[in-house]
Amino acid sequence: MFKKNHLAPLLALLPVLLLSGCDSNMVVFEPKGPVAREILGLINWSLVFMLLIVVVVFGLFGYIVWKYRARPDNKDYEPPEEHGSTKLEIIWTAIPILIVIALTIPTVNTIYKLEKVPEGYENKKPITINVTSADWKWIFSYPEQGIETVNYVNIPVGTPVKFKLTSAGTMQSFWVPALGGQKYTMNKMETQLYLVADHPGEYLGKNTNFNGKGYADMEFTVESKSQQAFDKWVKDVKKTAPKLTEKKYIDLLKPTHLGRLTFSNNHLAWVNHGDMNSKTYTFPELYRNHDYPGQIFKQPDNQKNKAGKTDDKSMDMNMKMDGHSNGGEHNGH
Amino acid sequence: MGIKWDRFFITGDPLILGSQIAILLTMIGIVVLVSYLKKWKWLWTEWLTTVDHKRIGIMYILVGVLMFFRGGIDGLLMKAQTATPDGQLLDAQHYNEVFTTHGVVMILFMAMPFLIGIMNVIVPLQIGARDVAFPQLNALSFWLTFSGAMLFNISFVIGGSPDAGWTAYFPLAGKEFSPGIGNNFYAVAIQIAGIGTLMTGINFIVTILKMRAKGMTLMKMPMFSWTSFVTSIIIAASFPILTVALALMTFDRIFGTHFFTLSGGGMDMMWVNLFWLWGHPEVYIVVLPAFGMFSEVISTFSRKTLFGYKSMVGSIVGIAILSMLVWVHHFFTMGAGPGVNSIFSITTMMIAIPTGVKMFNWLFTMRKGRIQFTTAMLWALAFVPCFLIGGITGVMLAMGAADYQYHNTLFLVAHFHYVLIPGVVFAVFAGLYYWWPKMFGHMLNEKLGKLHFWLFVIGFNMTFMPMFFLGLNGAVRRAYTYSAESGFGPLMLVSAIGAGILAIGFAFFCYNIYWSARYADRNISSDPWDARTLEWATASPVQFYNFAKIPEVTSLDAFWYMKKKNKGLKFSNDELEEIHMPSNSGLPFIMSIVFGISGFLLVFEWKIAALVAALGILICLAIRSFDYNDGYHVPVDEIKEIEYGWQNKEKGVEKHVN
Amino acid sequence: MDGKTKKKEWKNMSTNVNTSLPLEFQTEQNRMNILGFWMFLGAEIVLFATLFATYSVLSTRYAGGPTPHELYDIKGVMIETILLLTSSFTCGIAIYEMHRHNKKGLLTWLIITLLLGLGFVGMEISEFIHYVHEGATMQTSAFLSSFFVLLGTHGLHVSMGIGWATMVIIQILKRGLTPVTARKTFIIGLYWHFLDVVWIFIFTFVYLKGLV
Repeated sequence: MFKKNHLAPLLALLPVLLLSGCDSNMVVFEPKGPVAREILGLINWSLVFMLLIVVVVFGLFGYIVWKYRARPDNKDYEPPEEHGSTKLEIIWTAIPILIVIALTIPTVNTIYKLEKVPEGYENKKPITINVTSADWKWIFSYPEQGIETVNYVNIPVGTPVKFKLTSAGTMQSFWVPALGGQKYTMNKMETQLYLVADHPGEYLGKNTNFNGKGYADMEFTVESKSQQAFDKWVKDVKKTAPKLTEKKYIDLLKPTHLGRLTFSNNHLAWVNHGDMNSKTYTFPELYRNHDYPGQIFKQPDNQKNKAGKTDDKSMDMNMKMDGHSNGGEHNGH
Repeated sequence: MGIKWDRFFITGDPLILGSQIAILLTMIGIVVLVSYLKKWKWLWTEWLTTVDHKRIGIMYILVGVLMFFRGGIDGLLMKAQTATPDGQLLDAQHYNEVFTTHGVVMILFMAMPFLIGIMNVIVPLQIGARDVAFPQLNALSFWLTFSGAMLFNISFVIGGSPDAGWTAYFPLAGKEFSPGIGNNFYAVAIQIAGIGTLMTGINFIVTILKMRAKGMTLMKMPMFSWTSFVTSIIIAASFPILTVALALMTFDRIFGTHFFTLSGGGMDMMWVNLFWLWGHPEVYIVVLPAFGMFSEVISTFSRKTLFGYKSMVGSIVGIAILSMLVWVHHFFTMGAGPGVNSIFSITTMMIAIPTGVKMFNWLFTMRKGRIQFTTAMLWALAFVPCFLIGGITGVMLAMGAADYQYHNTLFLVAHFHYVLIPGVVFAVFAGLYYWWPKMFGHMLNEKLGKLHFWLFVIGFNMTFMPMFFLGLNGAVRRAYTYSAESGFGPLMLVSAIGAGILAIGFAFFCYNIYWSARYADRNISSDPWDARTLEWATASPVQFYNFAKIPEVTSLDAFWYMKKKNKGLKFSNDELEEIHMPSNSGLPFIMSIVFGISGFLLVFEWKIAALVAALGILICLAIRSFDYNDGYHVPVDEIKEIEYGWQNKEKGVEKHVN
Repeated sequence: MDGKTKKKEWKNMSTNVNTSLPLEFQTEQNRMNILGFWMFLGAEIVLFATLFATYSVLSTRYAGGPTPHELYDIKGVMIETILLLTSSFTCGIAIYEMHRHNKKGLLTWLIITLLLGLGFVGMEISEFIHYVHEGATMQTSAFLSSFFVLLGTHGLHVSMGIGWATMVIIQILKRGLTPVTARKTFIIGLYWHFLDVVWIFIFTFVYLKGLV
């Protein structure tokens, strides 16, 4: 029943795997900043161990399958009774434990490092950029510069950037693979991500967390410029770009595809979606599909219920906290 | 309550119109065929009302094959759409529906029915039982799974498919961003199937704890029964979480509550946590029985007992415990903080330890053996290298910081296909080629089987290997298209061609089933592989009472030693006793239909109608409570006749492996 | 299975009845059913644990709606608690009477249990109606969504238990105290005690914690 050629294709998998670490055209393997470089170091460290495991197990597998295959001439061979070997089993429990430890230490180390300003840049004052994802666009607000861009973001080279991530609606993920790892953006939540570009250039950023029809097009560009060029750009924007109004901003949040936009002010003046009690903007009617239309629910408007009972103490507190959350009128355009 | 009949059927897409016509014709065809052959009564008494674990298992497997077909078509559509940059086959909406149903169908309606089906057929036989502990409940489990699967599958022609991904993350899956009823199908259909699965878990825990043959202690139990046992425990521990999560989703979507919504203080992150609290154990629910099947196949065809049985048991228990403690690794990028991410990185990597132990135990089971390359064994052999790739990339993903670069890319997609296809699909094929004679009394054709094997394995590697590299180059999952400048084109094309080869491989499997059913030799041994466990100690196909006399077990690999010592195989006629068997019942089938109807009405948000239909469920439960039919007894004469029949036939039949 | 098989209706439960054990444990099928029910309760524990976790995550998200302080009426809740705790006690007495083979005592205490249970469900429904009149519905806020679903699930369990126990009472009346009816009663007892324990958790973690 056995034919030699049954095994050959299995062994042919080996070179494919060996190639895995060597292709240098892939964006993750071409870091353009210290954060991505840090992660790449960790990936390369793990690849060494993985390659080792693959070589050992594939080798052992090939050897055993080849050596102990059934042949016409070993027809009468009766395999031995063998229930296990404590020694061997301890060995192959211990080795994975050692490998896991070898991987754990740098992993934990890197996880903690990525939460801080990258090494070597601690002395540079970071700039803050608020990132707001909406369907299906990226909005970047510069609180220090007082400007806002859509679907592109300019950063000064060599300066740590503190991205404050939030979302106006669905859960999305902010990722600039050339500069570093990704993080989710969520409504009424704020996550943070430090990135640095140490070369000037343009890098592609994208959303990796599926969020509906326009998901595939949710890309943006990060352009890292010299400090002078960046400052000049900010000045130009301040001078020439149009102003963003609240009404226009609400239009911006509706599910659309947009090109690049630039504004000489930013939306943080009236809403920060990262705030736990910020206003909710939803437009369910604009998401209708070919499926059977279901019921849409109004957002609860609890302030109205309470209007008559102002003497309640805990209620006053709620009023203050939820001052902006009376968003019912934006429901269902 | 205005019913919008014009929106009832999905219109406007030629692919969907074609499917609607095809479904209608198939249904008419089935009704006509069954009527023409006058098989309605046979269908009802032999299949729809059966409580026989073997028949229920076979029906599960049939559902698995059908759903593999459905999920496979979805997969092929995705691959065809992304084969070239800026593909035009599907639009974004259609693509989103297709990958959502692909995921749900493959995990819940393909992998689960296949594995639970094989568990159903084999576990009672392996432990020397006459049936499961609660046969009627078992039938209900199957029919609920079936009902859920059907409800989910009609969504794309009636009402609209769910389109928020198989993970259905909120707020996207909520009414604020998906106002149609598509995602109601997700919430309700999976709920119905999930209740069935939960009851299967409870049923098998009791079966394995209480119904083992005399002398079979837990540590003498075959490995597949062990993995089924541990899987059942994980089911009982994790499916209630899914039940709650889906119920809350239903409340949010149909009754306007605020569990996961943006407004009203809901918390979308809670859905993610609840989903993966079930979702990660679910991976082990499907993978562990597969490990058990590989253990049986490798041991049989190496003609050696399993190496390190005790450490195998230890590692599956270890995996089961760890499986509950790793769910956060699905969302390291949610910003839970470095402490949390570190802890879950470590627990996740720890899973590699017991899995590594299993890997080496399998290799050393083969060492010093005499390895026979049957089709079943080929699947087990291909599993080792392919699953290893899935495993090591899993460790890479487990490293929290590195995951920030892999997360939600095609690297991740490649990883979990490398785990689930070798870990589940290869195992199911290995199990089917191995146990087919036990189920049907004939073998599957080995030549066609090998064709199936090579096409499938090569196609699989071609489809998913390129995805690792695409992911590292920044290709994200679930994107319906990409630009030519991205440079993803060539590898995407390779991947699409691979998917075609894989599909041809599966077609050969279907053809093999047909060919073998028509032409395969019926005159085969009840033990064609010279196997080791109790299911081979009885007839093929197995007589309805399984064992005329329950064998007594003295060691692991019970049947092997019975053969070797020539002890316990034969019994004299006066040892036979009447056998008590459960009666058939139509109640599980009817109750599941009622469940399906009620679910359908709920999907369309016709709440009062759904409630009225749900009263039918309560009525069925009440009928069951008053049902005092305790089955019937098979007289000794009949047993004698049946036993004489198959044992006599055995003489002069050759074993198939040598 | 097929027509050739001569089917004989089997009236008694099983051939090997071990009379030295309590009635509900006397047959193998009974022992399996009871073990199976324990497994089911294990799954129920996970189910309620998930609901409690959900509640604890959302319990402070009022979204401008009413808070527990404004809402909860401790007097009604105390009465509900006493009703359910007493019913658990009477249920225990019913099982004790069953073990003494006292059919009349069993039925009496079982019916008292159910009446107390009905009282509990009635109180809970009127509590919910009161909340809704206050403007606190499931749709008001995340806190109230999780509150109503957690308590509603428990209340639905109690209601199902009442219906189920009623059917068992009818069966006892019709068939007397057999291993089968004894097993069913015993399982109802387990279920009832379980719901009582869940209520103690609700009382502590929802009502008391909400009022502190």
